[in-house]
Parts: sequence; structure tokens; C-alpha cells
Amino acid sequence: MMNRLVRNTKYATLLLLITIGFAMPIIAQGATPTDDEVNRIAKQLYCPVCENTPLDVCPTDACRQWREEIRTMLADGKSEDEIKKHFVDYYGARVLNEPPNRVTTYLVPAVVILLGALLLFRGFQLWTKPTVPETASGTAKREAKPVQQDEYVARLEEELKKRK
Amino acid sequence: MIADLGFGVLVVTFLVTLYSVFAAIYGELKKIPALVESARRAMLLTWPLLTLTAGILIYLLVNNHFEVQFVYEVTSRSMPTYLKVTAWWGGQAGSLLFWSWLMSAFTSLVTLRKWDRDRELLPWVTVVSGVTMAFFIGMNVFFENPFAQLYQTFSGIESHTFQPANSILFTPQEGRGLNPLLRHPGMVIHPPMLYLGFVSFVIPYAFAMAALITGRTDDRWIRITRRWALWAWLFLTCGLILGGRWAYDVLGWGGYWGWDPVEIAAFMPWLTGTAFLHSVMIQEKRGLFKHWNILLIVLTYDLVIFGTFLTRSGVLSSVHSFAQSAIGPLFFGFIGLTLITSVALIIYRWANLKSETEMKSLLSREALFLLNNLLFISILVVCFWGVIRPLISELFTGQKVTMGPPYYEKASGPLFAALLFLMGIAPLSAWGHSTMKTLGRALWKPTLLAVAITVWIFFTYTRDPYALIGFSLVAFTILVTLYEYGRGVYARMRSQDENMLEAFWTLTARNRRRYGGYIVHLSIALMAIGILGIELFQVETQGTIAVGDSLQISGYTIKYREVASWDNLPAGVNYTRAVVDVYDREGNFLGNLHPRKDYYFDSQQPMTIPGQLASMKDELYVLLINWEPISQAGTTFKIFVNPLVNWLWLGSLLFLVGIIVAAWPDKDPELVTVQEGKRIPQTSAAD
Amino acid sequence: MTETTITTEQRGVPRWAQIIIWIFLVCLLVIMALGLQKAQKPMAEVGKRIPDLSFQFFNGYEYAGAPQINLSNLRGKVVVINVWASWCKPCEQEAPELQKFWEAYQGREVVLIGVDYVDTPSGAMTYLKKFKITFPNAPDLQSSISSTLNRNMGVPETYFIDREGVLKFVQVGPFTSIEAIQNIVDPLITP
Repeated sequence: MMNRLVRNTKYATLLLLITIGFAMPIIAQGATPTDDEVNRIAKQLYCPVCENTPLDVCPTDACRQWREEIRTMLADGKSEDEIKKHFVDYYGARVLNEPPNRVTTYLVPAVVILLGALLLFRGFQLWTKPTVPETASGTAKREAKPVQQDEYVARLEEELKKRK
Repeated sequence: MIADLGFGVLVVTFLVTLYSVFAAIYGELKKIPALVESARRAMLLTWPLLTLTAGILIYLLVNNHFEVQFVYEVTSRSMPTYLKVTAWWGGQAGSLLFWSWLMSAFTSLVTLRKWDRDRELLPWVTVVSGVTMAFFIGMNVFFENPFAQLYQTFSGIESHTFQPANSILFTPQEGRGLNPLLRHPGMVIHPPMLYLGFVSFVIPYAFAMAALITGRTDDRWIRITRRWALWAWLFLTCGLILGGRWAYDVLGWGGYWGWDPVEIAAFMPWLTGTAFLHSVMIQEKRGLFKHWNILLIVLTYDLVIFGTFLTRSGVLSSVHSFAQSAIGPLFFGFIGLTLITSVALIIYRWANLKSETEMKSLLSREALFLLNNLLFISILVVCFWGVIRPLISELFTGQKVTMGPPYYEKASGPLFAALLFLMGIAPLSAWGHSTMKTLGRALWKPTLLAVAITVWIFFTYTRDPYALIGFSLVAFTILVTLYEYGRGVYARMRSQDENMLEAFWTLTARNRRRYGGYIVHLSIALMAIGILGIELFQVETQGTIAVGDSLQISGYTIKYREVASWDNLPAGVNYTRAVVDVYDREGNFLGNLHPRKDYYFDSQQPMTIPGQLASMKDELYVLLINWEPISQAGTTFKIFVNPLVNWLWLGSLLFLVGIIVAAWPDKDPELVTVQEGKRIPQTSAAD
Repeated sequence: MTETTITTEQRGVPRWAQIIIWIFLVCLLVIMALGLQKAQKPMAEVGKRIPDLSFQFFNGYEYAGAPQINLSNLRGKVVVINVWASWCKPCEQEAPELQKFWEAYQGREVVLIGVDYVDTPSGAMTYLKKFKITFPNAPDLQSSISSTLNRNMGVPETYFIDREGVLKFVQVGPFTSIEAIQNIVDPLITP
């Protein structure tokens, strides 16, 4: 019986040492990520619950939990992309501050603007195509009046002729 | 009892407005001038009626009539009287009434002017502004009654306009209280400013519509409404700037603009409004851009209504949104009506909008203004897409996406830079004919100086390419504007024999539009300095420290001295305030800061007030964060250093000066030059 | 040349441009209408059959030995779906009641499934352990369950579905007692 007690104690001590051995690396894994590191990632995410509030600013309990989750993931050695992917998997793409589909996001307005510029340019060309030899716009206006007057005179003559 | 009276007056106002609209239409179509005049007088009645309605509402607010639902929602006993008055626009129903009240004021002002030269426009202006007003009052009457009262029924406490059967009036003991964010003095003025801007743009729109309907598509509508548009733009810009300043001072996230959908909803009409202001100058001087001007004012109005719809209907999620309500469908109907009518009228009258001259060169001032319009519309496209894309993606893919600051900054940044550059070139461009040579001749000196300044910045301040581009454009614009201004002053000094101050004063006073415009452009350049500084160079840090410890950032040392927490029960707040000492790199004491956290009991909402140490070089911004409970042993501070940000606010003040100069009423410009006698020999490409 | 200018100006909007403008306008109005409709729609309609939902349970939770199940597989039983979140204070009020209900009604052709809305896994596990919850719980991944149910995004909410898969009742807010739950479930078990 004494032998068994001694043997059990030996086993217990061995078990204890092994447990401590496993625990050591966990304790020594590295300092907790700072608030700044957490914020750096949280800044790029939006709170999944509150409307349009970035995660680093959101004051609710839920957001606090999410920030702590980021801290834990950073401590585990996860990269920024991995953390963002985790959030997307859980809460959807809306939690990112930029849509994942870059093409639609930027292409559509770019195309619209370019089309608009093209239309304008073509319109401008049509406007300036009837070549006016004068360089000052004032002469064009003065030119317009005599031509119109000629037209007017011509019509007047016609009318008078009719009435004759 | 009094609430019922209020509702009654509101209904009467609604009927009067409707009468005015129909009388104007019928009178005009059937050629009965007496009816049109009657419509005009009815429109004049709306302001006194709405003032009475508003007065009743304010009376109820100030006297704690919590049986009225609106009063219950936005006031509480602990609020000071002035805040109870401002609670008028602190909720959906009240703010709609505020809008209608402003609308009636402006419509009355317009109705009171001399209509002799524009008799045919009068009925249609009455109709368009009347329909808009009827819509807003209608929303109050049918969907969001500010005078609805609370009744205890079998199914619980409900709010109704008319007392339901088997119920009794229910008067809560205390109200919910105004959202603490709205209690800040800066916040008090931000919504009224914005509404003033929005509502004032209705008047030029009404005139534009009248012009299209009657076929009087010449300059008349623009000349009448030019000053309106200027003041509308002034109010809208002030509203936006105040919103930014308030966000910076009170919201506690270290920024002034979050690209929140509701912010953008207010920004979009500002974009088209600014383009409109510039574009009408071309129509006045050269008879061009008639199509543009009609389009821009119609867009501005429709964006105002669209923006109001977005923020109030629940379609968009945002920190600004009002609670969702039944007004959505009504708003949608109104938007549909205005969009379809406006577009149909524009297409119908397109051919009548003849240009009087033509554009000659791609580098002429007219062409540059065209580019100006294009750039503003492009930024509008970027913003509009940003607002509408989440909606589209949710509807068609079921997956919601968020268009956040990175999108807006990347997409609109280059466009804003182009605008800044344009602001610099435009004063140097010539009307009509202009070539690379003439423009180049005017440009090379300021360009060289700007490059020199940029090189200096490169060696002393930063190497960031975006910053360098931005600062070089700002330097260029400031140099050109100052040069133009200086040239005018100098020429006047020589010809009129005045000293510099006199010359400056009289020059500005006699050419208010032009020199007011220069001051405004200068102020925008200053604001750009501030924006570049804070956007590109802001740094932040966060840490939890105990009393006596410090945090460091950007050469500042922030030492935690003490913290205290106390209640102000009459006001219903609990304050937690920390005191920190600030030292610079050499250890010199710079000052104390007092970041605060205010917790309002009735609405259970906290407010974070930063401690700020301001200078032109940068601003130290300290926040009290409660990621962990605040205590002596460990308090979390978040600290920002915002370089150059105070140039933004300085620029805003100068902006105000500039626009007041430009908008200051004066006699017809032609009269002034006749009285002038001596012509000022201004030989420049710019005239 | 001035004539050409005048005639150019007198041209109205070309037909193709008009068509494009009107199409754009109509599309815009349709999008707004749809968006509005979505915002206004309350929840999944009572009296209608619920579309299929998929539950992937948290670690340590299962139903009938499987780590996941679809709503369609549960046809023939009364299904109660309770939506909660660990950051939601009212949810804590009803958690013990729900657990008591589950223990009382085990084996009575009623399935109680908890759905965790927009939450952290660690927060969820803490909450579940705190209230010693044994009925199956699944996270609402990407909020797909919530959007199928067209929820107002509030918590807690409880959905009662009868044996045919038709939604019979929605409780918004916490239950204050187990009797309140029983009053709704009993008629569904034996109609």
C-alpha cells in the first residue's frame, strides 16, 4: 500500500510537471496586442449591429466584445486579412468598409463619368464646328443681327409683294 | 385641448395651400386674373397660420405637455427652456413642421415682391412652391402629426390624432428627453441652417419650372433668383460646415466627416448648387449654358427631396436616420411626381433654350466653366453611386455591402484635386478666345512659385506624393487669387490715388461678386490645407493608464493627473471628467485638458467630449474611452494629433466673410459703372 | 453659319437620348420603390410557410445526433425558433424560461432551436454556459436566417412554426414566464 501511494504520488508529480510544461509556451506566447493594433483593424470594419458606425468607435457592449475578439485573434497570430475574413464569414460583406467587389464599385462611376465627358466633348465639337472666321464672339453676334435683318427685310418685301 | 387647436390650424393651413395651388392653376388656364391674385393672397396666409401652429407646439414643448406624443419623445423636465424650444426640430414630426414654416416664410417673401414684369410667372411659381409646401404639411397632417396625443386603450398605450372609443388620455410623468447629441449649442443651429439651405433652393426651382411652363426661357428667371440661390447656397454650406465642426467637437471620433449616407444626402445638392451658382454667371455674361442651368437647379431640388426621403424613410441605414415611419410611400410618390414632371418639361422646352453665342476655344473661360460643371457632376455621380449601390446589391444579390470612406476618398479625391486646379486657372482665363499661349503667359509665374513652394515642403515637411500634389495645387490657387486681387488693388491705387487699404475696400465694395468670389476661393484653399493635413497625417493612439502615468504621441506627452465623477441631477446628467497635463518634446508644460464623458439618465446615452489643445500647426485631441470602466487605477484614453486642422475652421470663417461680401445687396452693376466716370484701366487677359 | 447655329440649337432632345433618360428614371424609381418596400415590410408573414433555413449548431450542440439540420427536415414537428444575442439584456431575462420549457417539453414533438444573431462565438458560448442551455443553438451566419425571416433586426424574437411549416406567431421581446410560452405552443401541438 505504501508502494502504491508512492507510485501514485510519482505519477501525480509527473502529470503536474507535464501540465506545467504545456502551459509554459502559452504563458510565454507574447504580449497582449495593444489597443492601437486592435484599432488599426477595427477601423477598417463596421459594427455589424449599429448603423454605419466604425468598429473602433462604436461604444456598445457588443462592439467591445468584437474588439476583444480581434485582440484574441491577433494574440493567436492571425493576420489582418484572416481576421477580416473571419468577420466576413460571420456577418457578411457589409462589415467591411469597402466592398469586396472592386470592379463594380469603381468601374461603374468611372464609365458614367467618362461617357459624360465624351458626350460633352462631342457636343462642344458640334458647337464649334460651324467655323466662324472671327475670333471675338462679339463679331459673331454683330454678324447675326445683319443676317437676321436681311431675312426680315426679304420677308417684308415678299409680304408687300403679296399685298400689291 | 390646445393640441387639438394646433392640429386644427395645421389642417386649415393645408387646405389654404391646396386652394392656392388650384386657384392659381385654374385662374391661369382660364385667364381669370382675380383668381390668380386670390391664390397669391392665400399663399400669404400660410405663414401666419404656420407661425401660430409652431407657436402652439412650442408652448406645449415648453410646458411639459407629455400627453402629446411628440413632446414626450423629445423633451423632459430637466431640460432648460431654450433646449425645449429647439426640440421643435429634434424629432421627425416637429422638423417637418419646421420645414413647412420656413417654406411658407420664403414663399411669402417671394409673393410680396413686385410682379409687374413677370406676371405670367407668378401663378406657376405659386403652384410649384405651393405643391411642395402642401406635400410637407400633408405629411404632418396625415402621417406624422406633431399634435397626436397618447391614449390608454385596451391594447396598451397608443398615439392618435382623435380620441379612440373606450380610451382615456394618458399623461406620462416624464418625457424621454432630447437626444443628448442634439443638446450641444453647435448642434442646435445645424439642422435649421441645413433646412434653410434646402428650402431656399425651392424658390429658384419654382422660377425655373415657371420659366419652362410659360416658355419664358430667357434670363429673367435667373436674374430674379440669383440672389436667392446665393443665400440658399450660403445657408447650405454653413449647415454642412457646422455639422462638420459639431461632429468634430462632440461626436468623439476625431473626425469631421464620416461619409455617412445622410451626410452625403445633404452634400449632393450642395454639389449641384455650387455648379449652378457658377454656371449662371456664364448665362448672364454670354448667354450660354441655358440647358445646364435648368438641369442643375432641377437636380438640386430633386436631390434635396431625394435626400430628405433617404434620411426619413428607413430605406438607408445611417446614424442620422430618423425612425422609420409611414411617410416613405408618400415621399416616394412626391419624388416620382417631381422627377417625371421636371424631366418632361425640360425635354419639352429643350429647343427653346437657345444659346446666344457659341464657345470658341477649349481653353476659354466658358469652356473651363463647362469643365467645372462636369467635375461637380462627376463628384455627384461618385456620391450617388456610393449611396445607391448598397441598396442595389441588397435588392439583387441579397448581400449587403458598405461603401465606406475608402471608396469616396479614392473616387472623389482626384476630382476634387482637379477642381482645386481649376479654381486656380479660371480667373486667368479669357472670355471667348484663348489659346495655350495666352493662358500659359498668365500661368507661368504662379506655377513656378507653386513648384518652388512644393519643393520647400518636400524638404521640410513631408515626402508623401498625395500631400505634395495637394499642397502644390493649394499654393497655386492661393498665389493666382492673391495676384489677381493684388493687381486690382494696385491698379486702383494708381488710377484713383488711394492708399492700399482704401483701394482694397472700395475695389471690393464696388465689385462685390468678383472679389467676394476671390475671397471665397481663397477660403476654400485654406480649408483644403486643413483637410489635407488631417486626412493624410492624422495619428492616433490608445492606451489604458493609471493616475500619474503618461502616453506619448507625436512629440506630445499626456500625463494623467486625476479623474472625478459627479451628478447634475436637475439636468439629468452624470459627468465623468479626467484632467490631463500636456507637455511638449522638451518637457515644457503646454496646458491642461479636460476630456469628459456625459451620461444622460433619461435617454441612457453617453456623450464623449474631447479635450482639445489647438494651434495652427496641429491639434491635440484627447478622448475618454470606456472600453474598461473609468477609474484611478486604469483609464483608457484615445488621443489624436490632427495636423493643420484649424486651417479648415479658419477657412470656414473667411468663407463666411467672402460670401457675405458677394451676396451683399447692391444696385444694378450697370448703374455703378455709369456713376464711376473714370474707367479703371485694367489690362489683363482676365477681363 | 449663324443659321446652322440656330438650327443646331433649335433641335430638341434626340429620340435616343430621351429613351435613355426615361429608362434611367424608371429604373431609379423602381429601385427606390423596392428599397422602400423592403424597409417597410415587417417580418415574415404569419400564416405563410417559411422558406427553408439551415442551422449549423455551435460546438457541443446537436439535434438527433447531427451537427446541423434544415427546417424542412423538421416538418411534422412544432418548431420554435428563438433569436437572441449575448449582448442583449432582455434575452437574459427569458433564457432560464426557455431552458425550463425545453426540459419540460422534451420528447413531445416540439423542437426548440436558438439562433444567435450577430454575435461573437466566445460571447455566445459564455452566454450559453451561463444559463446552462441544452437546446440546440446555431449562429446566424452572415445574418442569412434573419434576412430570410425578414427580421426587424431586434432581439429577442421568437418564431412559432406549426407541423406544416407555417408561421403561426411571432413574439417580439422576451417571455416573462414559461406559461406564456406554453400558451402558444400547446395549441400547436394538439390543434
